[in-house]
Amino acid sequence: MAQSVIYAFIGMMWSLILVGGGILTVLVSKISIQGYGDNLDFLIASGIKAIIAIVLVVLWVLVLLKLKNKIFQKQIKF
Amino acid sequence: MQDYIVAGIVTSLIAFFVVFGMVPQLITRLTKKNWAVKDVNRVGGAMVPRPGGPAILAGIILGEVSLYFLLPENNATTKGITALVVTTSLAFVVGFIDDRRVMGGWFKPLALAGAAIPIILLGAYEPNLAFPLFGAVKIPALYLGVIIFMIPITGNTINSIDVMNGIASGFMVIASFSLAIALFVMQNYPVAIMTLPLAFASLAFYKYHKFPSKIFPGDSGALTLGAAYGVIGIVGHVEVIAAIALLPAVINSFLFLSSVKRIVEHRQIKGPTIHTEDHKITTSKEIDAPITLVRLLVASKPLTEKEVGFAIFKLATFSGILAIITAFMVGVQLWPSQ
Repeated sequence: MAQSVIYAFIGMMWSLILVGGGILTVLVSKISIQGYGDNLDFLIASGIKAIIAIVLVVLWVLVLLKLKNKIFQKQIKF
Repeated sequence: MQDYIVAGIVTSLIAFFVVFGMVPQLITRLTKKNWAVKDVNRVGGAMVPRPGGPAILAGIILGEVSLYFLLPENNATTKGITALVVTTSLAFVVGFIDDRRVMGGWFKPLALAGAAIPIILLGAYEPNLAFPLFGAVKIPALYLGVIIFMIPITGNTINSIDVMNGIASGFMVIASFSLAIALFVMQNYPVAIMTLPLAFASLAFYKYHKFPSKIFPGDSGALTLGAAYGVIGIVGHVEVIAAIALLPAVINSFLFLSSVKRIVEHRQIKGPTIHTEDHKITTSKEIDAPITLVRLLVASKPLTEKEVGFAIFKLATFSGILAIITAFMVGVQLWPSQ
């Protein structure tokens, strides 16, 4: 029982990686800034991409924490 | 193609037999020097020589150096092999320091972040993260952070799963072969072949590390394996796939950190498991003991050390299969990327 729950958790982590990657690609790869000069455009766009990616990673970890508490509820009540 | 096949066979043989031949001598030397630690899970608590890191490092380095001469000359391959050799060697030094003197919890992550710098200096990376179905996303600024974080994560992840006989090396055998297959699927042959010394060095070491262990890898061995794996993920542009193959170990670190809530050296915390009277492993009754993968595996019923190892290898095989499926999915693009 405990082992099948771990397999399920791995499967969920995998799905979250695929979904998170999809969101990152769809959202972030489209971002481009114009009008501040080539270097500054690149720098601003990179900064925005980095912030979005970090926010997504934090959200990913929070979702995982919630899932962990739900999935392992019985197991972690030692 | 013939060049790649020859290089793959030669480098695999070199990595395997260097480790296979070196470990018995290392065991003798370590035993003479009394560099041994107690195997807490063994009945009677036998003393086991440690660290096996020097043999693992020698196998990986000699395998990679042979590739340098055997693979067709290519700037990216040369940079990749150099980055792998330098970063892995630095990670070994970090682990060896920790083997000899107990350092604080932050020492290894910070020192391993430093070990990742040669990858940046050599330019052995492309600032793209490739995702299955959706293509790659170009993140030049953020990718430097990915490099700096990836080596400490893979190094410490393998180190944190090195809790019982044979687990770290056996896990790395499964993860690295899965990664090599994924790279072959993606037709990234040079980096797929660069993965073989890691896989075969781990396999040779597993022969001595499996239950009952004749040698422990130590921090130097575990960090060497983890760092080499991380560099291959970066150099081969398969960071996501490499992370998927490592998921059981990632879960172990995730459970540990989310229960302890701070970065701490594992020696400083209460043991997550205890022994039953018939010397099986069961969960600790301490409320503040950390949650780990092993603790979850033995939560429903006590298991022997061998059974725990087998359960972790089955999980590693499952994530290895997911990693290979992901490699197939990278070839399919649902969304046009930039």
